[in-house]
This record gives sequence, C-alpha cells and structure tokens, in this order.
Amino acid sequence: MGKQSESKQSELIMVSRKKYAAMILLFGILSVPASVFPVLGLVFGIIAISMYVKNNSVKTLMMADVGKTLGLIGLILNLIITEIELLFFPLEKIPSWLAKYREVFFASDFWLDFENNFLTDTRYTYIGKGLLTTFQVTIFAALLGIGLGVVVALVRSSYETLKDELKGGFGKAVLFVLYKICGVYLTVIRGTPVVVQLMIIYFVIFASSNNKVLVAVLAFGINSGAYVAEIIRGGIMSVDKGQFEAGRSLGFGYVRTMALIIIPQAFKTVLPSLANEFIVLIKETSVSGYIGLQELTKGGDIIRSRTYSAFMPLIAVALIYLVIVMFFSWLVSLLERGLKKNERR
Amino acid sequence: MNADNEVIISVKDLKKYYDDGEVKALDGVTTDIRKGEVVVVIGPSGSGKSTFLRSLNLLERPTGGTITFDGEDIMSPATDINKLRQKMGMVFQHFNLFPHLTVLRNMTIAPMKLHGLSKDEAEKKAMALLERVGLDDRAKAYPSQLSGGQKQRIAIVRALAMDPEVMLFDEPTSALDPEMVGEVLDVMKKLADAGMTMVCVTHEMGFAREVGTRVIFMDCGTIIEENTPEEIFGNPQNERLKSFLKKVL
Repeated sequence: MGKQSESKQSELIMVSRKKYAAMILLFGILSVPASVFPVLGLVFGIIAISMYVKNNSVKTLMMADVGKTLGLIGLILNLIITEIELLFFPLEKIPSWLAKYREVFFASDFWLDFENNFLTDTRYTYIGKGLLTTFQVTIFAALLGIGLGVVVALVRSSYETLKDELKGGFGKAVLFVLYKICGVYLTVIRGTPVVVQLMIIYFVIFASSNNKVLVAVLAFGINSGAYVAEIIRGGIMSVDKGQFEAGRSLGFGYVRTMALIIIPQAFKTVLPSLANEFIVLIKETSVSGYIGLQELTKGGDIIRSRTYSAFMPLIAVALIYLVIVMFFSWLVSLLERGLKKNERR
Repeated sequence: MNADNEVIISVKDLKKYYDDGEVKALDGVTTDIRKGEVVVVIGPSGSGKSTFLRSLNLLERPTGGTITFDGEDIMSPATDINKLRQKMGMVFQHFNLFPHLTVLRNMTIAPMKLHGLSKDEAEKKAMALLERVGLDDRAKAYPSQLSGGQKQRIAIVRALAMDPEVMLFDEPTSALDPEMVGEVLDVMKKLADAGMTMVCVTHEMGFAREVGTRVIFMDCGTIIEENTPEEIFGNPQNERLKSFLKKVL
C-alpha cells in the first residue's frame, strides 16, 4: 500500500465521517419530537402520582393511562426512526452482518412488492388521499347523523311522554305527524342495506350531481342518524322516571325538564354507544367505492388494479383501518371507565 | 284546631280508573286541606293513598272529579300546571335528587330558572336552608356521596327552596335504613311546627300521632275514616281501620 493511496483513503474516511456526523445530527434532531412523547408521559405520570396522593379519583387513572400511552408512542417512534437510520446509513459505517442483511432485504420479494405497490408512480397517494376522504366523509356524516338522531329521538320520546298530557289540538297533531314520519324513517333506513341507500341517493336522487363526497356524507349521515336516534332514545328512557317527576314537581315544564335534567344524564350513558357508532361509521364508509368515491378502500383497490398484486394494498388498507379503530376503541374505553367511576347515583 | 283556616286544596269526588274502570285506584275521594294543617294519610298498600297524593300536583292524571288549589281548578286546560306546581313542594320515596348536580345546584336550579333569582341570592337561600337541616357542609357534594337520610333531607330543602305553600310527602321514610328515619322525621316535625301545610303519606304511625293534625285512613281507593290523631288511634270506629291498626301498631 503506497503512501499516497493511504492519505487518499484517510481523506475519504474524513469525508464519510463528516457525512456520518451529519447523519447522526439529522436523526438526533428527528428523535427529539419522538422523545417529547416519553417526557410528556413522564409528566403525566408524575401528575397522576401526585393526584393519587391527594385523592384517588378517576382523573388519576386517566392521567396514568395517557402517560403510559404517550410513553409507548415515543418508544415506537424511536424504534421506527432507528430502523430508518439503519436503512440509510452508508454501507461501510454499519456492521457487516447488518449490511448483508440490508442487501438481502432490499432484494427481497417483500421489498420489491412494497416498492412496486406504494412507491412506484407515488402510488401511496391513493392511500393518503383515500384516507383523507374517508375521514372527511366519516366526520361530516357523523355530525349529520347526530343532528338527525337527536331530533328524531326527541320527537319520538316527546310524543310518547306527552301524548296523555297534551289536550289535543294543533300541537298534538303536528307532533303526531312528526312522530309517524320519524317511525317511517327508522323502519326504512334500518330495514335496507346502506350500500343500496348510497346507490339510490347517488344514482336516483342526486343523479344530476357529481359531488360524490357530498352524496356519501348524506347517505351515511342519514343512515347513521337512524341508529343514533335509537341510541339516544334508549338513553333518555334509561333515566329513572323519578327524575322526570322530580323536575316536573319543582315546576319545570316538559322542555326544561328534558334540557336541564334528563338530557344531561342520558348523554352520559349514551356517550360510549355514540362513540361506537362513530367507529362503525368509519368502517361502513368503505363501501363508497360503489359510487366511485376514492376513499381508503377504493384507493387500495385502485393500486391492486394497477399492480395486479392484491396482498400488499389490501393488507395495508386493513392495517390502517385496524389502527384507526383500535385508537378510537381505546378512547371509548377511557371514556367508559371515566363515566363508570364518575357515576353519581 | 285549624277548622277555621282557609282551604288551600279542595278535592271533590276524585276518581282514577285503570283499564277502562276495571281497576279503581281512587273511587270518589272528597276532602279539604286547610292552611297550616298536617294531614297524614295512612292505609294498607294498594289503598290508593300514593295515587291520591300524586293527583294533588297532577303527576297522576285523575279520571274524574275536581281538585282546586288556591281556588283554581288544576285540571282545567286554561290552568298553567307548572305555575301551580311551583307552589306545591313534593318529596319522593326515592329522593329523586339530580345525580349529575351538586347538592347546592340541586337546590338552586329551580329558584334560579323559575323564580329568576340570581346565583348569589339562590345560593344564599340554599345555604340558609342547608344550615336548618344541618347539612351546610355537604353543599359541594354530589348525591351519591350522601347517606339516604341526608339525601331525603336535601330533597326536602330542595322543595322548600321554591317557597311552596303546601308540601306533599310520598312515603318519605320508606326507602330509608331504620337508623336514618329519625333524622328525616325531625326535619318534617320542625317544618310542621313552623306552620307549613303538609300532606304526608306514611307508615310512621308515631309521626302521624305526634305531628299530624288530622289523619285520613284510606282503603280500596276511598276515605274510610278521617279524624284527629287522638280519635283515630284512641277510638277507631271502622272495622277495617281497627284491623289495620292492630297489624301496624
């Protein structure tokens, strides 16, 4: 080995060292936000402990749960960042066994399939945009569903409680007509599949419009409203009859008794069920492909039709739904636990 | 003793039928309730005494007869029943406190929303009432944190916060553990001593004898006998009353 080549090599090493340092700096910076999570988790944990010392309340448990979860998120993020780091480090800077492993990984069918399905022609945008559309439809449909559901539930339970009290006349007639309309709505919506309702709204009622998102929001909102209505009506009925009588005996009219005494209590009992209905709605929107709306499922399906490989896109779509649903289910369980411990009866 | 006082509630031929007259919960009840009276309604279960009480503020809608309160026919369509109910406090067997509100809020919600009291006024009044029943330290508690006796005392002062002219008690001690009955009866006795007009359905014969100014014995939806406590307990006339008293005393 000559002297010249030796110095050249040391120069090379110097350059790659600089690159290496820059890499470390970059990933160091990247892991800062990830590290925020465990730190926050620690803070929540400390708050939880100090609250536990003072009084053993529900908030303590929730705090501890939030702390645990934040810590877990931080851990997972750090793991992911480390994995990415290893993938992109210069070959000579990582142990040879790892380099070999990496070579094998990038040449594997799994990686090639992954690349073909998600990276080539930026196909991942089908998934990304689809997910966005799914959220858009779900959130607006849920809002519409809750609005409709509350109105229908109030009409139905009002008529059932007031039919003896009202002395007839115009008010009662109007309420009766509304009650019947709501009954038909519930029967029809709950008696037909949501896909059929979606297609009827798109191809028959809104045949002239091409706003697929709007149609999907309407269809799923109207559908969800029927189920929400029954959930809320159940909540109202589950409130002890004595509460209603106590409110009325103090001199509150029907509307105020409902608004001040019954609804707040009913709301607490139905909150977990409503959240579950939201979770169902997320999954239900996956049939929007029937009207050609490119939401998450349809996005995955488009990739499948381009690459003729079904495994990757469909599993990816399924995993994304799973993660979303698991996240919301976790929120619901927190909610349920909070409500149960908070029960003030 | 109160025979000359003005009549607050006048009940005439009150009827409540279920199933098209097959079940007669009330079958022609007629009585007057005068200012300052403590009327105690006793009778076997199913005698219609609770139905009678709940009809007085129309929680139960009678099938026939009339009830006048302060000279107003409460069943007439022109009557604002919500206005009248504000003048008739009611205490229930199962307390029916609002579980989602604190004790203080339980007591201030109606005066604030219905009498237009400010928060400060309503809370001041509520605290004064809580002090009267010795529960001012529980103002910030929720009903679930109270014992049965405490709940019922709160229920009584919640009704009193509306300044009612009459208080209706529907078996106020029946759902209580025996050691808590006394504290509730004490509050009721003090209320009676303060001159409140009260109608009370109860199984507490001691209370009826000691606090009542008039006792009504009901059976099968009608008033069988009505008299002063001394006469009812010391010199019962009707056979059914005699056998009832033998069982409960």
